[in-house]
Amino acid sequence: MNPDLVLQNWQLFASGVWMTLQLTFLSLLIGFLIALPFGIMRARRVKYISPLINGYVYLFRGTPLLVQLYLIYYGFSQFEAVRESILWPILREAWWCALITFALNSGAYATEIIRGAISTTPKGETEAATALGMSPFQVTSLVLVPSALRRALPQYGNEVVFMLHGSAVASIITIQDILGAGRTLNAKFYVAYEGFITAALLYMAITFCLVGIFRQLEKRFLKHLDLKR
Amino acid sequence: MADLISYMPLLMRGMVTTILLAILGLALATVFGGLGAAGKLSGGRIAKRVVWLYTSIVRGIPDIVMLLLLYFGGQRLINDIGGMLGWDYVELSKFLSGVLTIGFIYGAYLTETFRGAYLTIPRGQVEAAQALGLRPFTTLIKVSIPQLVRFALPGYANVWQVLVKSTAVVSIIGLQDLVGLANDAGKTVRQPFVFFSFVLLAYLCITFVSTTLFDWLERRTALKTHES
Repeated sequence: MNPDLVLQNWQLFASGVWMTLQLTFLSLLIGFLIALPFGIMRARRVKYISPLINGYVYLFRGTPLLVQLYLIYYGFSQFEAVRESILWPILREAWWCALITFALNSGAYATEIIRGAISTTPKGETEAATALGMSPFQVTSLVLVPSALRRALPQYGNEVVFMLHGSAVASIITIQDILGAGRTLNAKFYVAYEGFITAALLYMAITFCLVGIFRQLEKRFLKHLDLKR
Repeated sequence: MADLISYMPLLMRGMVTTILLAILGLALATVFGGLGAAGKLSGGRIAKRVVWLYTSIVRGIPDIVMLLLLYFGGQRLINDIGGMLGWDYVELSKFLSGVLTIGFIYGAYLTETFRGAYLTIPRGQVEAAQALGLRPFTTLIKVSIPQLVRFALPGYANVWQVLVKSTAVVSIIGLQDLVGLANDAGKTVRQPFVFFSFVLLAYLCITFVSTTLFDWLERRTALKTHES
């Protein structure tokens, strides 16, 4: 193990960290935007739409992220129609394919989390809101969703870490994220440990920061549920 | 489509590798998880620290990084030590590296599952067994473990579902599993979409079959109550 080698190439890892954070948080953001309406519709059991959302969730949660990424990055290029469409400049790029895959994946997991939180909301909460004369839209946006999102926080924290770790597969399709930086270092200097150990330590550091942030958020937003302590 | 059918025997062999990898990984994870839970529940201070370190490390590192570290780093480590001892060059098997990585990672998750399940067993049961004069070992085998199975099963099933999906990454070190073979074949006949779609379906099948199996097991081991 030669720490100097890592320190000399710190820029490689710095840009790797940036790439990983960028991919992770953009995917989470888009995933969340997908999941919010989907989760609500799924909890409401909207006719015709809910089964479709079910299928999407089942497909993305039941299969490996790596295969989903391969299907979008390598798979779509099989079709002439895709290669000639206006979408090709996007689907040709590894970065966009990774973002699309991760966002859809995160969207599926988050849909399930939000659905779970909404359907376990005590009936009294929405009944009280209706009794106060709120319209169905007001009940959903002012009572149901804020209450459900708070309670979804612990599980969503797990999903954030899951996405951070999942994003490491992006390095396989040539993206220079944290693991990509580690692999580059190993290949360039023909070493076996340095790149991977540095990558592992960086992922660990980010994971613990995220876990810490979510613990603080939970303390703040779930204070009303914390009756025991 | 015709290409997919002609490659079917090959893909089926890949699927067998994937399933074997998952099952052996789960077996190893069960051993690690059992040891981890035992250490956390009844170990001394050092054992508790070791288990804490183990679960924290695993939770902080992506599976793919762990795999590469173990496969490439482990290979170098073995040969560095072997070089000093005068061994020949040792090559770490890809399949074995996959099993070790998966077992190591999911053992940490099972540690929590088993510990939680053990703590759900009512204290009075163990006390009753002691009062009846059962030895600690007999109590563990006859009283605690049968109930542990019941309480741990839902968590165990969850870990298995995540573990199965995790096997896909082992293809990146060149293991000829379902994903690796489909990748090669799809590129050869220039139909990656068809082949990767098949892989997705195959994983969905594994998930579906194992969910059914675990549901059945849960029903079988469930406590017989008046309602059921």
